[in-house]
Amino acid sequence: MTDRAAIRAEAARLRAAFEGEGAEPVETAILQPAEALLDLYGEDIRARAYVTSDALRGEQMLRPDFTVPVVQMHMEHGAEPACYTYSGEVFRRQEDDPDRANEYMQVGFEVFERDAPEAADARVFALMFKTLAPLGLRAATGDIGILMAAVEGLQTTERRKAALRRHIWRPRRFRTLIDRFSGRAPVPESRSALLACDDPMAEAGPMIGLRSSAEIAARIEALREDAEAAPISANEVALLDAILAVRETCPNALEHLRDIAVDMPAIRRAVERLERRLEAMQASGLNVDALDFEASYGRTHMEYYDGFVFGFYAEARPDLPPVATGGRYDALTRQLGQGREIPAVGGVIRPGLVVELGGLT
Amino acid sequence: MSLKLGVPSKGRLMEKTFDWFGARGVTLGRAGSDREYAGFVEGAENVELILLSAGEIPRELAAGRIHLGVTGTDLVREKLGQWDTRVRELAELGFGHADLVLAVPGAWVDVNTLDDLDAVAAAFRQTHGFRLRVATKYHRLVRDFLRDNGVADYQLVDSQGATEGTVKNETAEAIADITSTGDTLRANHLKILEDGMILRSQATLFKSREAALDDADRVSLKALLEKLAVD
Repeated sequence: MTDRAAIRAEAARLRAAFEGEGAEPVETAILQPAEALLDLYGEDIRARAYVTSDALRGEQMLRPDFTVPVVQMHMEHGAEPACYTYSGEVFRRQEDDPDRANEYMQVGFEVFERDAPEAADARVFALMFKTLAPLGLRAATGDIGILMAAVEGLQTTERRKAALRRHIWRPRRFRTLIDRFSGRAPVPESRSALLACDDPMAEAGPMIGLRSSAEIAARIEALREDAEAAPISANEVALLDAILAVRETCPNALEHLRDIAVDMPAIRRAVERLERRLEAMQASGLNVDALDFEASYGRTHMEYYDGFVFGFYAEARPDLPPVATGGRYDALTRQLGQGREIPAVGGVIRPGLVVELGGLT
Repeated sequence: MSLKLGVPSKGRLMEKTFDWFGARGVTLGRAGSDREYAGFVEGAENVELILLSAGEIPRELAAGRIHLGVTGTDLVREKLGQWDTRVRELAELGFGHADLVLAVPGAWVDVNTLDDLDAVAAAFRQTHGFRLRVATKYHRLVRDFLRDNGVADYQLVDSQGATEGTVKNETAEAIADITSTGDTLRANHLKILEDGMILRSQATLFKSREAALDDADRVSLKALLEKLAVD
């Protein structure tokens, strides 16, 4: 076991370094109201976070990350633009892997800024990159904004796009929907039977529960409309697949995505953002020619990250989780802000892993 | 030391377990009065019968306090994380069949698959302002199942009994519960989703991977398993 004192000292050094970059130090409570996290992440968060309760405040969670409380704090009384740093324990319930820590330190750096998002992306990434340079980690980068732009640009109904958007971070369900909407998967028999029926409610039996017959009728209507809509074309599905398969160095990925954008102009602006971000990274002294880019990176484990995403990995230690992760989470601020939003990008380092890998000095 | 065998302490599950062992030449029984939770074993050396609630047997196996135990697969998988590293399935006993299924109101003619349920959950949340409620006592199994199948915008509400009534009582919109024939579901105007089979369960003899065995225990275990024709 790595020495806790050494980890605390490393965390303090990292936070001080982030303060030196102009970040204001902030603290958050360890016990967080469960409701906000459940509304955001759904029931799955219960498998990842420790839930506790009392009769007065109801369900609370041991802070599974800092992002949500820091965003809430900023949206309540933060001035713009803002830059924060924090350091403290997070708690993750582990049900499947006894070797994964259920309590560890995180040190974070978050930027809330409306102007020049690509410059802010590059600033956060370059800071993480340079801070972790002594460890010789592999950096992975991606951009979920490109897939989101592709979904927006599909020649199909708004309802289908909304369904796909909702499952951007669940690749398996996303694929099922694509197969359904493109006609590659057969319509289930029970659905065909339902749509062929003149009076589907005739043999429905008694209405029970909160969901009303009007809601059922509305969904049947939606299903009828969907059955009449043209399938998403094979060409568009092929382009989506081509985007998701992009996995090469940044300059090559950019070229590749530009080629795809010729046939799918909807992603052009997202690709231009990638280009500006790479320029900003280059300008801050990073060698982007050697940097990996993977268009589907972050889809399974970074829900609500909807633009630039990154992670740093110790290649000689595949047993370890990433040493640092981060990205742009405008969608999260939109969810939490109930109508308001603030473009935000940030990252966290796990000082425990830094120490385990030999430290930064 | 003796070999500890955990068996459900009451009802059909206990009787059927006694029958199963009896048919293989090992007589299990309760000592003294019906109210006393002590047991005896005849036909096997050095084996001690421990009568327990079926729901506690997984925990006792995982803790290594009993060497063998009879309980439902559903309970082992619900209660033990990484269950297969903590217990080993020795034999399915052929009774206590129960399926953990996901069911919705029969009146939901537009919902037959998980795909439908997911779409309806999204619409329900927009209309009602909260996540569609699924009543169950099998939180882990149901959550894992719904996550693996990409269903979102639902919440689990705890129901330790009379789960089939929660929809009518408007404390849930759907349920996940054990059924053997489906009669109770039908009587409560609920239907099982086509792909809503979460787990097929039956009474199973498990061996703890944690419980310590001395040499004498190993001999007794080998003899017992041979007699039961289980390996």
